[in-house]
Amino acid sequence: MAEAIIQIKNIHKHFGDCHALQGVSLEIKKGEVVVVIGPSGSGKSTLLRCINRLEEFDSGSIVVDGIPLAGAKNINLVRTEVGMVFQQFNLFPHLSVLENICLAQRIIRHRSKKEARDVSMKLLDKVGIPEKAEMRPPQLSGGQQQRVAIARALAMNPKIMLFDEPTSALDPEMIQEVLDVMLGLAKEGMTMVVVSHEIGFAKAAADRAILMDGGKIIEEAPPKVLFENPKNARTKAFLSKVL
Amino acid sequence: MAKKQKNSEPNGSGPKKTARHFDSGWYLLFAVISIILFLVITQPDPYLNMLKFFKEGIWITIYVTVVSFILVLVVGLIGGLGRVSGNKVVRGIATTYVEIIRGIPLLVQLLFWYFAMPALIQQIGRVTGNEALSNYQTNAIAMAIVGLTIGYGAYMSEVVRAGIQSIPKGQMEAARSLGLTYFQAMQHIILPQAFRVILPAIGNEFITLLKDSSLVSVVAVADLTRRGREYSAIHFNTLQTWSMVALVYLVMTLLSARLVAYTERKTKSER
Repeated sequence: MAEAIIQIKNIHKHFGDCHALQGVSLEIKKGEVVVVIGPSGSGKSTLLRCINRLEEFDSGSIVVDGIPLAGAKNINLVRTEVGMVFQQFNLFPHLSVLENICLAQRIIRHRSKKEARDVSMKLLDKVGIPEKAEMRPPQLSGGQQQRVAIARALAMNPKIMLFDEPTSALDPEMIQEVLDVMLGLAKEGMTMVVVSHEIGFAKAAADRAILMDGGKIIEEAPPKVLFENPKNARTKAFLSKVL
Repeated sequence: MAKKQKNSEPNGSGPKKTARHFDSGWYLLFAVISIILFLVITQPDPYLNMLKFFKEGIWITIYVTVVSFILVLVVGLIGGLGRVSGNKVVRGIATTYVEIIRGIPLLVQLLFWYFAMPALIQQIGRVTGNEALSNYQTNAIAMAIVGLTIGYGAYMSEVVRAGIQSIPKGQMEAARSLGLTYFQAMQHIILPQAFRVILPAIGNEFITLLKDSSLVSVVAVADLTRRGREYSAIHFNTLQTWSMVALVYLVMTLLSARLVAYTERKTKSER
């Protein structure tokens, strides 16, 4: 259990003049749930997007499931093992909910039509909206769309799930339904990295909470400790605004 | 894209929907056809004779337009993908192609392909001593199609590029994060959505191409325009001839416009 499935070592990332990540190092074990918080522009989303190389990093190294990302010839191999859920859901609007979940299974996992369908329906059951299978994403509420997006990522049987502010674009009454699905995943032992300010979720599900600011990790502790008894002054200042 | 649930209005009943969407463009098309019929029936000489004389030319116009258009779609797709490519060389080639072609009048391009290109090939044949090349004879219709394809392909590339760029970045990111390659994401996610966006523009390109196909009449292609010129040269009735040529073009363009409007409505309701 002690093996680290994600090893991030001293990565740096620039956007033009902006030094977005300034030497971030982080190890995440298999089955661990890590919540990353921090003010906007602190680099937390960038860090997440580096883990499946949606952003290229300038220096340092990231090893995911034994594969170093920097020289990875076939990044797609890594990406199939790392599911990602976006703030804006990014469902494919020209496809039905079912087709959204089936597409990558058919193309990448080479599953038969029936097999992909079965997997998809099972996942839609899991996220609680099997009756929406034939609908188009724009016909669904935000919470439902995000649950479909989670099902879509899970259909590839990823070893790791990344969540980039999954509830930030949702109306308040829809946040819980998405968090419940994520809580269920955490209980099943999924390795998860979650950028989110949902303190309740962090306390209930996370093994570790991380505060980032200015492209650096400022404080790292079990969520109860970080939220209730932070050591760092910047963590205190940030939490006083969020809580 | 997908932000909040939009309460789309429930689909209306069938007849009501068709009534609401009845395209008034059909009236104009019927009017033009009626005028032609009226002329042909009341004055078979010259109008019926004229139409008989034009028949082959009309087919050549349609043939040249449709074949060129299919090739233009292929060139446009390749050019459009090139224009958004991450590879600087590919993007450079695509951009240069678009910029050069857009800077030269289509008529000059057609003249180039018909007159200058064969001369160049023959010259090369003479210099290298290659019999086949030095005796090269060009095919007017083939060269006209080449000219129209390359000329319109540049505009179509820009249409495709605009379509691809109109799709939110998150779509590509979501597809890539599932492990799809760039081209798989293009094929299954980006292009199908982009196609719906640019469908009206593609339709417009078709209609413009149909009209501009009349330019091939100057490079020895016996299309409708050229047949018109021949007919008026024989019978010295320019007013009647060019009026009829214009009416026949109108029938073709108005009909195309209706087809474009129809497919557009269809894909919209499928969304």
